[in-house]
Amino acid sequence: MHEFYRHITSLHFSWMQYDFMKNALLAVLFATPLFALLGTMVVSNRMAFFSDVLGHSALTGIALGVMLGVGDPFWALLIFTVILAVAVNYFKRVTQASSDTTLGGFFAMVVATGVVVLSRNGGFSKYSMYLIGDILAISSKEINLLIAAFILVTGYWYLFGNSLLLLSVNPSLARSRGIKVFWVETGFVIVLAIIVAISIRLVGVLIINSLLVLPAATSRLIARNTSGYTFYSIGISVFCGIGGLIASYYWNTASGATIVLFCAFMYILATIITRFFNRKA
Amino acid sequence: MERSCGHCCVKIEGLDVTINDNSILKNVHLHTDCKEILSIIGPNGAGKTTLLKTLLNDIPYSGRIDFQIKGLKNKRPKIGYVPQKLSFNFGIPISVQDLIAASLTRSPVWCSIAGDLRKKIKATLEKFSVAHLLNRMIGSLSGGELQKTLLAMAMIPIPDLLLLDEPVSAVDVKGLSLFYETVMQLKKEHDIAIIMVTHDLAGIAPYADRMILLNRSVIAEGTPRQILSDQKLIETFQLDLLNVSRLSFPIKGGNHA
Repeated sequence: MHEFYRHITSLHFSWMQYDFMKNALLAVLFATPLFALLGTMVVSNRMAFFSDVLGHSALTGIALGVMLGVGDPFWALLIFTVILAVAVNYFKRVTQASSDTTLGGFFAMVVATGVVVLSRNGGFSKYSMYLIGDILAISSKEINLLIAAFILVTGYWYLFGNSLLLLSVNPSLARSRGIKVFWVETGFVIVLAIIVAISIRLVGVLIINSLLVLPAATSRLIARNTSGYTFYSIGISVFCGIGGLIASYYWNTASGATIVLFCAFMYILATIITRFFNRKA
Repeated sequence: MERSCGHCCVKIEGLDVTINDNSILKNVHLHTDCKEILSIIGPNGAGKTTLLKTLLNDIPYSGRIDFQIKGLKNKRPKIGYVPQKLSFNFGIPISVQDLIAASLTRSPVWCSIAGDLRKKIKATLEKFSVAHLLNRMIGSLSGGELQKTLLAMAMIPIPDLLLLDEPVSAVDVKGLSLFYETVMQLKKEHDIAIIMVTHDLAGIAPYADRMILLNRSVIAEGTPRQILSDQKLIETFQLDLLNVSRLSFPIKGGNHA
């Protein structure tokens, strides 16, 4: 980490003098590719609402941690999000009811419970950092967690990328090729839940879904195959992450939201350009 | 009638499928062998796709499904499956090459696809006259192009059992007989059993060796000529004969063996 900091500082930008900015940059460099990768599948499988539910349910996870009286509610948050992800995914398969409505009901119940618990006795304001995140307050422990997550997700994507692709096209077709549909699906939502839980402190409940969805949605407009889809998504995500972080320093705004603004701008730009040139066959 | 080769035998007995308290299939019996095209016909909601899914082990069922591959019992066959449609997000960038490569290798296609594999995929697509679609996004293919691509994909590696679920519903009239010819070729060239679910009764008649009329259970079984000349059956189940004039083609099980 010190090597990295030495090189960065030698670049002589004003924001680079500060350790918290360098930490934040490191966090962004590791987190944004993760969102990009997972986002490609979230967009492919039309799971944006599902990942939104996961993100918002973080509040309830934190509430659980608070109720249990642990000092750092992170582990309660992590376990709760994973269990919720697996449960919701399982119910979606089993009930065959309109998943949109079922999910909506679940969502409302989970989020409201979290807010009720946290706001009891008027104490919600100290949890508002979970709403918009605070990437500038990231600790080196959290950076290590991000690096571990980075290795986990990249390895997972390497091993299961093809299975996920086939699954997103047609589950029966995937099964005919020997893919264990249930386990691959469950594995994906668990990995998604883990990344969401880890990132809540950084970017906040309100915007975490945008970070998952926007770079992949933008890439979808310009890519023509899976490789392009993946790498454009990563490129856009990292670019917006760095750009948004630096901009938030100069504009004195919340970093997470500024990053999302950059992502949104790229998406709108790509929509206009592809409409105009009608590039895709 | 060509003799079956004994390479792959599929036997279904007493198959029941119930989903959410609805009985979809009841007491279905079916037997097919390789070098045979078995066509499954029936009205909408008859359970035809469900039957294919039980063979794929995609849904829970009760009853027996036995496979015998090359004389070995209880071995799962290699199944090539051509689904009716791909109801996925059509804008998602997946090329034909990506899709087929992903089904053949563990090496992630988002990273790179090996040169050998590319050649192999291209060669197979060429056999089905769709090599030009190699780098096209699957969402941009026409119905006929997609079906041929999925058929090519189902044939690498060459399966023991080929399942086709209404493969021609999205194909234009010109492509229909060409598609059936292609399937016939596959039957001649390889030791495979073929089960095709279809609504195109008149179209499949010249090509199918046997036909099963399914409506929750097996209503009738026989050669296409036997089934399609039974007016009572056709009226009872309101089977619409497409292209009735094409019935003048020689139907299997008729004057010639």
